[in-house]
Amino acid sequence: MSVEVAVQESAFDTGAEYASLRAANRTDGATAIFVGSVRDFNNDGRVMALTLEHYPGMTEKVLADIGEQALQRWSLGRVRILHRVGQLEPGEDIVFVGVTAPHRQSALDGCGFIIDLLKTEAPFWKKESSGSTAHWVEARVSDRDALQKWK
Amino acid sequence: MIRILFFAGLREQLDCDGLEIPAAGLRDVARVRAALGRRGERWQVALQRPDLQVAVNQALAADASPVQPGDEVAFFPPVTGG
Repeated sequence: MSVEVAVQESAFDTGAEYASLRAANRTDGATAIFVGSVRDFNNDGRVMALTLEHYPGMTEKVLADIGEQALQRWSLGRVRILHRVGQLEPGEDIVFVGVTAPHRQSALDGCGFIIDLLKTEAPFWKKESSGSTAHWVEARVSDRDALQKWK
Repeated sequence: MIRILFFAGLREQLDCDGLEIPAAGLRDVARVRAALGRRGERWQVALQRPDLQVAVNQALAADASPVQPGDEVAFFPPVTGG
């Protein structure tokens, strides 16, 4: 059982991350992966670029804590959470959540729990720019509502 | 002293990413928030925003959370990662 987290500017390779979750892992028959990517449209028009700011130190602690909660609650095997910061363009991947477990339901639930908590607790902020203007993305009520199913 | 940090839109609104303030009398987050609000109307308005989140020593906290000398208290808008 392990939780690994990373906050990084560089891109990640989902195939390589999957391979690392599976390497020498014969106890877990299930792997669930969530990858979030930058969309080119948001509520009010075209997004040209995204800047992600975070709270260094707290971010890593919160991600590790969320991973640990999932690990305990669903008896997961491996948990890996990666989140990018800095400048990103539409189409680029922002976040990777990968979990392994003996069976599918705990892998799927653990993965869903992690991304839902990350969305409301991990200190990241997105700023979208469309040409000459830039604005901070507002938090969504639906992200808060998504937490209800994990109560 | 208490170390104060601001992030994202709040940091831009205040044009300040952080400062240190004397810890005397500031025994919880509500008192820290009130002390910062006394720096001027812009601070008062920005820090009263009801959905503002707060962390003490890098853990999510609330107005009633205790604060001690040497602590790090961060205020920020609702998070939007993922």
